[in-house]
Amino acid sequence: MIVQLKEKLAACFVWGAALLTLGALVIIIGYIMIQGLDRLGISFLLENPRRMGSEGGVFSPLLGTIYFTLVTMLLAIPIGVGAAIYLTEFTAEGLLVRVIRFFTDALAGIPSIVIGLFGFAFFVVILRPLTGGWSIISASLTAFCMILPIMIRVSEEALHAIPASIREGSLALGVSKWDTVLHVVLPGALPGILTAALLGTGRVIGETAPLLLTLGGSLLVPKSIFSSGRTLSMHLYLVAMETGEFSIAFATATVLVIVILLLNLGGYYLMRILGRRIRGA
Amino acid sequence: MVGNARDVDNGRLQKQMPEAGSLQKQARYWKGWEGGIPSLKEKVYEKMLLFCAMASTLAVVLVGLFVFLQGYPLLAKTGFISFVFGKEWLPGEGVFGIFPMVIGTLAVTLGALVIGVPLGVTTAVFLAEYAPETVALWIRRAVELLAGIPSVVYGLFGMTVIVPVVRYIAVHWFGEVLSPEMKTGFGIIAASIVLGIMILPTVVSISEDALRAVPKEYKEGSYALGVPRWQTIIHNTIPAARSGIMAGVVLGMGRAVGETMAILMVAGNAPALPRSVFSPTRTLSGNIGLEMSYASGEHAQALFATGIVLFIVIMLLNSFALFIAGKGVKVR
Repeated sequence: MIVQLKEKLAACFVWGAALLTLGALVIIIGYIMIQGLDRLGISFLLENPRRMGSEGGVFSPLLGTIYFTLVTMLLAIPIGVGAAIYLTEFTAEGLLVRVIRFFTDALAGIPSIVIGLFGFAFFVVILRPLTGGWSIISASLTAFCMILPIMIRVSEEALHAIPASIREGSLALGVSKWDTVLHVVLPGALPGILTAALLGTGRVIGETAPLLLTLGGSLLVPKSIFSSGRTLSMHLYLVAMETGEFSIAFATATVLVIVILLLNLGGYYLMRILGRRIRGA
Repeated sequence: MVGNARDVDNGRLQKQMPEAGSLQKQARYWKGWEGGIPSLKEKVYEKMLLFCAMASTLAVVLVGLFVFLQGYPLLAKTGFISFVFGKEWLPGEGVFGIFPMVIGTLAVTLGALVIGVPLGVTTAVFLAEYAPETVALWIRRAVELLAGIPSVVYGLFGMTVIVPVVRYIAVHWFGEVLSPEMKTGFGIIAASIVLGIMILPTVVSISEDALRAVPKEYKEGSYALGVPRWQTIIHNTIPAARSGIMAGVVLGMGRAVGETMAILMVAGNAPALPRSVFSPTRTLSGNIGLEMSYASGEHAQALFATGIVLFIVIMLLNSFALFIAGKGVKVR
């Protein structure tokens, strides 16, 4: 009898913990959205911030976020996918692969602020003639170092999900290895790789700490990728900490949360396509 | 009969982890194989891919090199011991000691573990043992989303919800015993709560993987002896998954130590030794994020030296996580 009671209590306890985890997410997203939605609107997105961001909208940070994210992903997607192709398709497990994996894991573990320090010392100070000092390109190169491990990991999973029989089929038709990878394996893994890109984009948009050291934080509309700027998440931090104008901070946070939600939804949708393709194969 | 059960079990495991099985298989006949005689063009392409794969190695080496080179002059001048254990941080007077930040980092990390680990491991037990499939799917999505929320959003939530709650408790329940700076709400408790939520995804997903990797026979043997579900989990499944869960906890710790933005927004950032859990505090990462924008000369070097300490701590934590995770596999 007591044992049964204990089992019931334990089940309640475990369900409670899971609901608490779910609750934390719902409360955080719900609270941010409730506080931020009434200020949010087209004019908020298209107006420039005034008086250090305590008035006006978020046009220049929005533009900065778009530039910064695009440049970072243009660097990270080809190199990340290339690394994943090399690791899954081209090299046998050996010392080299172990070394590469070790360093990829190590890079994933380094705190973003330390990578920011590196970005400041290297891209902002030493490469100033090339990058223009505090600029979108410096920040993108720094953020690239940060998300490279995630891009590699998720792309590798996408490539591994393609069954060996598909590669064999292509080889049996006399297709060379390179063409097999390029025209058979990669198209099959495309939804998975796009998922990796979406996940990486989410991470890049949310990242703030290294940008404090590399992006400068100018409120002007960025003219090119060599000019300083700020992203939405950096804007949110600076507005909340320096002006205390929380209604703007909440509206900016709402924009961020909506973008993250959309990226996640896109990811699930793509994963479902991938699942169907593999089952069909 | 026994052999049969094991076959079924292996099939289940392979379905869960397709990459492990297929990786081994591919390695044998696909990866090392040249695919006929590669043309010059294909060889060049392969070298380019190798370069991509080496990019992360290059990045780690460069990050380590630059942070060490920039921070070393100051470490050599003040000495590593007096830098780490110095109790005074007065950049204006050239006095650099990061002991308050070391203690601050330890305090908020421990606090985050106290909140995040019980909740995270219990959620993982729910996902692995209790949840119906559809519920598990939704909770897992929620946990992934929790990992995707930007840290500044956590910080904003902490500033506007958790800090006022902590302030209320400090003023109304402990008003007589606390000094004024402990009644602002900003401090170790608020930072621990925010960080505790932030490390949940790491703890949940790694613990769930560990729990699911426990061979089915363990559980079936226990059930066959008439042991009920919860006791089986406590005495059987969790001990068997111990090393994996520990790896998750240590990785969560790494996340907590490295986190900057959310902590800057809720911890109060005073560079003094905390005297109670309500005290405002500053962490190592917060120290860099807060002062790097205006630091120059020795002050900047001191912040790079803080980065060195952080770098070393994280490398030790991650190696430790790898070590215990690897140990678990061997035991099984």
